[in-house]
Amino acid sequence: MSELDLRRASSVDEALTIMRDEGRTPIAGATDLYVAAQFGTLVPRKLLDIWKLKELRTIGTAADGQTLVIGALSTYTDLMQSAVVQDRLPMLVTAARLVGGVQIQNRGTIGGNIVNGSPAGDTLPVFAAADAVVVLRSLRGERRVPFNEFYAGYRKTVIKPDELLIAVETPSIDGIQAFRKVGTRAAQAISKIAMAAVRDPKRPRIAFGSLAATVVRVPKTEAALASGNSIDEAAAVLEAEINPIDDVRSTAVYRKRVAVNLLRWFWKETAPA
Amino acid sequence: MKAIGKSVSRKDGIGKATGGAKYADDITFPGMIHGRTIRSTIPCGRVKSIKYDFDTTGFTICDYRDVPSKNIVDLIEKDQPFLVETEVKHMAEPIVLLAHEDKEKLHAAKVIIEYEEETPVFDPEKSTLSFKDIDIIKGDVAKALASADVIVEGTYRTGHQEHVYIETNGLIAVPEEGGYALYGSLQCPFYVIKALRCLMGSAHPNIRVIQTETGGGFGGKEEYPSMIAGHALMLAHKSGRPVKIIYDRVEDMIATTKRHPAIVKHRTGLKKDGTLVAMDIEVILDGGAYVTLTPTVLSRGCIHAAGPYRCDNVRIRGHGMFTNTPPNGAFRGFGAPQTEFAVEVHMERIAEQLKLDPVELRRKNALRAGDLTATGQTLREDTSALMVLDEAVRRTDFSRKRKEYKGTNRAIGLALFFHGAGFTGAGERNLKSKARIDLTETGVRIAVGSTEIGQGTRTMHAQIVTEALGIPYETVEVAQPDTSRVADSGPTVASRTCMVVGKILEECAEEMKEKLGGMSPADYFKKNGPLSIERMYEPPDWIIWDDKTYLGDAYATYGWGCDVIELELDPYTFEVKPIKMTAVQEFGRPIHPALARGQIEGGTAQGLGYALLENVVMRNGVMANAQLTNYVIPTTLDMPELDIVMMENPYPGGPFGAKGLGELPMDGPGPAVVNALRQLGCDVREIPATPEHIASCPKMNGSYA
Repeated sequence: MSELDLRRASSVDEALTIMRDEGRTPIAGATDLYVAAQFGTLVPRKLLDIWKLKELRTIGTAADGQTLVIGALSTYTDLMQSAVVQDRLPMLVTAARLVGGVQIQNRGTIGGNIVNGSPAGDTLPVFAAADAVVVLRSLRGERRVPFNEFYAGYRKTVIKPDELLIAVETPSIDGIQAFRKVGTRAAQAISKIAMAAVRDPKRPRIAFGSLAATVVRVPKTEAALASGNSIDEAAAVLEAEINPIDDVRSTAVYRKRVAVNLLRWFWKETAPA
Repeated sequence: MKAIGKSVSRKDGIGKATGGAKYADDITFPGMIHGRTIRSTIPCGRVKSIKYDFDTTGFTICDYRDVPSKNIVDLIEKDQPFLVETEVKHMAEPIVLLAHEDKEKLHAAKVIIEYEEETPVFDPEKSTLSFKDIDIIKGDVAKALASADVIVEGTYRTGHQEHVYIETNGLIAVPEEGGYALYGSLQCPFYVIKALRCLMGSAHPNIRVIQTETGGGFGGKEEYPSMIAGHALMLAHKSGRPVKIIYDRVEDMIATTKRHPAIVKHRTGLKKDGTLVAMDIEVILDGGAYVTLTPTVLSRGCIHAAGPYRCDNVRIRGHGMFTNTPPNGAFRGFGAPQTEFAVEVHMERIAEQLKLDPVELRRKNALRAGDLTATGQTLREDTSALMVLDEAVRRTDFSRKRKEYKGTNRAIGLALFFHGAGFTGAGERNLKSKARIDLTETGVRIAVGSTEIGQGTRTMHAQIVTEALGIPYETVEVAQPDTSRVADSGPTVASRTCMVVGKILEECAEEMKEKLGGMSPADYFKKNGPLSIERMYEPPDWIIWDDKTYLGDAYATYGWGCDVIELELDPYTFEVKPIKMTAVQEFGRPIHPALARGQIEGGTAQGLGYALLENVVMRNGVMANAQLTNYVIPTTLDMPELDIVMMENPYPGGPFGAKGLGELPMDGPGPAVVNALRQLGCDVREIPATPEHIASCPKMNGSYA
């Protein structure tokens, strides 16, 4: 652990001012930061602690009564305990429950998971499948970016240095949701592959984590499912559509096989009665 | 006082539960500086140049030229240097040592090493250098194979395994009046002192080694601490200051020893009814770049390679091969988990091929008292293969479940195994271990070099002395192992700490009891002053062993076990979920039932990790997943329900009938799991049986779902 230069913000406006003037990197739960510091791979040394910004820790619905708005500092524990998340986005509750252990669930935040941008981030497939929108704010103003356009590459996002991720918005979802994580063991594991899926009768959506440099949607497979093709046909499309990675945790061959199996599992488990 | 067979409170319990116990990294000395090891970044080649690319002010720097006497880590062979001179034989090999009082500066220091690279050897089957060859011959295998009704062949593989003791390696060297003291996390203080004497030479006779509280070892702190102690001592010698070296997890994983990977080939002749007539076995171990403990690991592996079975014609050939990888070393089981995995999976394949009931096949061939082992040892009454097999099969309702689960994604599998206790062959006789008991003002103090590494040494030794002396448990102290103060009771390895060292302590206590003549220790001390009883181990006189032919009484006794696992295979992800493990084990008699149960539970967990999860990914001769995030061991959620059964069959040569226990539980889970997977159509012949590996099995093609 090396010396760090840390400031703490007491309001979002103060945080944005400090970010503009001092170019600090915001941190909240610091669950990824400690790992990077320990491995000597922590690049930013000037940090801004935003953990105490309560206004970013709210969960509720927008004025339209439909859109679910999750504040960036909501922890996994908050998500699991939130009635509105349980009701509207149950696949996020499942994903949150599978992140790390209780300590990580109490400290890790949804904003951190999104901005850290690890392709193995457990909540990312959920937001990808949910067609979520991230809300970015700076002193220059606020903008909304579709979640599926948020990543520019491996651990790269379109966020600007002076922007803070404020919230993630999810439109209301039609159809059954599912989430499945295949980790290296039963708990406290990093994903080898994760899938979030929505059985929207008109527009089924499938997203995978840990398959590629970023979380991915599989539009060709979704189209095959939407057009009423059989699951065997959709599985064949998926097999051609994805090109998984090999790494120390798993193999491309396994990931491809299991991705197809998970699709089959989802389709079978959510089949109309 | 009666103490044997009771789960008395641990001698180290309060300290560990309250956080009061001091581990190496908790200890500081005035003026102490921190040490760091600069390691090779190539697997094979020569050092061309070393450049110190930092301001060296305030740093202590050592290379091989700073070795006071011999640049050799003295173990079985004298081939491994403390620091590379020119030739690099593996990745992460120590080349240069740095020390500084400021850890930040120490870790920022950049050393640039230029190499001339050579082509490394990573495949033990392609290696042309063998550290050790073994050839055990019983009967005439060729002739017996020719007359066999059936011949079954197979090749089985096991991978590296990392110990993952909670406390990483750490040593502190401290200059003191007239010499040096070494404090650290280690299993064998007298191994360390031997290595340090060789390093420092006769000009520095006053060195002592003190074991600090140690957070686990599993064999991983048997030999490597000698290396770290040498490094700390060189830096302390040069700087004149105390030097602490603590490895972080990554360094510990890439640089220190692992379990030897193995390739085991079986060719077995049988009668139609399943009677074994010939076993031809070849064992190849990947030794890594230096000899270290490979010959003895290979030895134990070969002796256990035929499994707990009787067969008149056996040939076991073993080779411990050189590769350009960090040396593999001691790990709970010491070669036996590898070879017993092979023979038990092979037995299951034999049952399948001959369409025999797997239990009946084992029952027919299991070793009984009076039978001859592969090395020609006549087994005695304390032989329990059938007893543990029958109990395990009975209590799990094995045969019924085997049928009932057919066609489902659930399966049940078993493994029968044994484990020799204590050093192999003449090892204990040559070791001449000693133990001592000193009288104190309040009771007695045990003074042995055996180390408490979490397994309960202090408590178990104190129970033996308590019972033999008939004094209160609370009045028995256990001295911290300090080579200048305790008797050399040999290394804390090979399941020998209870059976061998415990036995010497029992005899010391009996002799002391006689001397006390009915007085309490405190009264005797007040009246007569100090009294010490030291005795040397006498192995049973019937043990005869020939190190040249590898024939004779390999071990004074064996522990016996039968593991039965029930598991489920996820048809979509190929993940294996262990549901229930029944571990029936006979190890003489438990001295401390709770600790003994803990050994079986822990060993079973470690064995399940070995079977299913623990996958050391080697790239360019070094562990590529050297983090606990990517090298995973079982959590409680990965563990099945455990039914632990401790059966008794006392060994007359052990304290109160006890045999060795520590390693036995490691031998069974691997083959039990793989034998269950076979019931699901997965022809697995290697571990770890990761989901990736299971998915690649021939019958798993296409979607299983």
